[in-house]
Amino acid sequence: MRTIRVVIAKPGLDGHDRGAKVIARALRDAGMEVIYTGLRQTPEKIVAAVLQEDADVIGLSILSGAHMHICPRVIALLKAQGLDHVTVVVGGIIPDVDREKLQAMGIAGIFLPGTPMQTIVDFINQHVQPRAEVV
Amino acid sequence: MKSPVPGTESEASKARWEREVLEPTLKRSPERAGEFTTISGRPIDRLYTQDDVTEGEAPAPGEFPYTRGIHPTGYRGKLWTMRQFAGFGTPEETNERYKQLLRAGGTGLSVAFDLPTLMGRDPDHPLSLGEVGKCGVSIMSLADMERLFEGITLADITTSMTINSPAPMIFAMYLVVAEQQGADWKTLSGTIQNDILKEFIAQKEYIFPPRPSMRLITDIFQFCAKDVPKWNTISVSGYHIREAGSTALQELAFTLRDGIEYVQWGIDAGLDVDEFVPRISFFFNAHSDFFEEIAKYRAARKIWARVMRERFGAKDERSLKLRFHSQTAGVSLTAQQPYNNVVRTALQALSAVLGGTNSLHTNSLDEALALPTEAAATLALRTQQVIACESGVTNVVDPLGGSYFVEKLTLDMEEGAYKYFDAIDRMGGMVAAVEAGFPQREIAEASYRYQQSVERGEKIVVGVNGYVDRDEPPFPILYIDDQASDLQMARLKTLRKTRDNARVAVTLEALKEAARGADNTMYPLLDCVRAYATVGEMCDALREVWGEYEEVPSI
Repeated sequence: MRTIRVVIAKPGLDGHDRGAKVIARALRDAGMEVIYTGLRQTPEKIVAAVLQEDADVIGLSILSGAHMHICPRVIALLKAQGLDHVTVVVGGIIPDVDREKLQAMGIAGIFLPGTPMQTIVDFINQHVQPRAEVV
Repeated sequence: MKSPVPGTESEASKARWEREVLEPTLKRSPERAGEFTTISGRPIDRLYTQDDVTEGEAPAPGEFPYTRGIHPTGYRGKLWTMRQFAGFGTPEETNERYKQLLRAGGTGLSVAFDLPTLMGRDPDHPLSLGEVGKCGVSIMSLADMERLFEGITLADITTSMTINSPAPMIFAMYLVVAEQQGADWKTLSGTIQNDILKEFIAQKEYIFPPRPSMRLITDIFQFCAKDVPKWNTISVSGYHIREAGSTALQELAFTLRDGIEYVQWGIDAGLDVDEFVPRISFFFNAHSDFFEEIAKYRAARKIWARVMRERFGAKDERSLKLRFHSQTAGVSLTAQQPYNNVVRTALQALSAVLGGTNSLHTNSLDEALALPTEAAATLALRTQQVIACESGVTNVVDPLGGSYFVEKLTLDMEEGAYKYFDAIDRMGGMVAAVEAGFPQREIAEASYRYQQSVERGEKIVVGVNGYVDRDEPPFPILYIDDQASDLQMARLKTLRKTRDNARVAVTLEALKEAARGADNTMYPLLDCVRAYATVGEMCDALREVWGEYEEVPSI
């Protein structure tokens, strides 16, 4: 079995990357392979990174309130690329009223401020089936 | 009775106390932990005595180096400015909130801009998707600035504007609105944050590379020294450094070293130190570790006074006195059990007051969930008013001066900051250190260490990893929809059709010309603004000349 590959991305204009960086390190320490895109990524660039890195998971860090615009775009682009199997999780400031809508569109996990890193590690381990190594 | 050798007697008495009183107690009931540390991870001893205070008594308030405060009368003369940061949606919506805050007894305004404005992008740029009016107010052009301050006389208030990369553009808009109201720029007062170094270090809202960004700042120093002499040209900010996960010491050291860098660049640009340093102010975080924070503010004043006098030869007293705004720690607020945030904020605000803050923003209880509702914002302001009017702490100057613990922490903060200064000086200054990623790495390390200590349960956050409620009731929040965005988009289209576009093009060309050469960019920017050029257009003009900065991503 190969290790789980995660793309951590900061979409939009926001530069607050503390959460993204902490979670990237925590996932790496938990044995996953982590690719951090850096700041100001468009949904197109993020999905391109997923494709290129053959990732199993995308973690989107959004604190600015733009999630209802960015998430549907990422999901649509994943579908268009045939990447439906990729698990998408979002961390940040997400109002309750948006949670169900995000889940309905295919966001697998939503993590609010204060979520323990271990909870996110466990969630990914439970939701992502490690694929056989392709030789 | 005086002991022949200073300290000997108390040392002996502490040793005796430890042997006779402490040890038997520890045998009966050990302490709760092997080590006690501040939220920054600094170990704290059980007890501090006069032996820990290795320097003589700090000079009185109003006296160099101002450890105990810059005013001899503290808050007995004048309370701190209660300045609540606010902005969302359209300029009209924010204008309403400002009028409400002023009616509620707020004494200064503080503008929060949305991300497109902060990043110098117009609302129709692809990266502005979903961001217009969300985290702050959308200001595209002079027309929006006119709407923002409609019915508010700029000559009568002071305004703080949290704007960095596009600070010159937004400041120019403010000045033109003041001009329209008939205000004299010479009497106008307020602050622009204008601190680009902490953007590279922490908040990452940069546009241009570091060196041209520094040039924009020295242009403002020069412009204000001549044209807007009462304006605070920069608010050197530790707030964002701390929010990004630094320790209290790192916040102090990096912020003051940023300040030193600006002073050096101002001098290198040909300014006299006392001509512009009095208009430099600071902005610190008021975090949760009560005494560590108080020590941080006291040390900040002391270090700044010394460095300005010794390193730069400043003579004007105003150059030596560090004035600072503070804001309670957004990062300490929890989405869980949001009412607990009121208590956190009150304690943090109290530490800022005991540390002698000159102005203060208190966060609202709902800010880990959304932008604050009006009720939450009012409660945050009331928190300051309770401290000011009811707690009694404002009756006396620097009430914690002389506390062994606080004085020792203050000395340690000072020593630690000078060590960081030496390291950064050896790298060739803060711009070079930032380019090498030094402060960025230090902060990322500290942030990860803290998070791990929470994960391990060494640090308890009430409601998060201790005293958790499984079933929390729903909590009412302010929901920002897309109406503001739609309206601003429509306005942008209209603006581009109705303004004199030939004049816009000419003024933008003149701006590029100044940017390529050495002329002060503020004057051509004022002309761009008067022609209703947008923030995005003005920043694009400079992007064309200077390029854009891109950080190398690292974790």
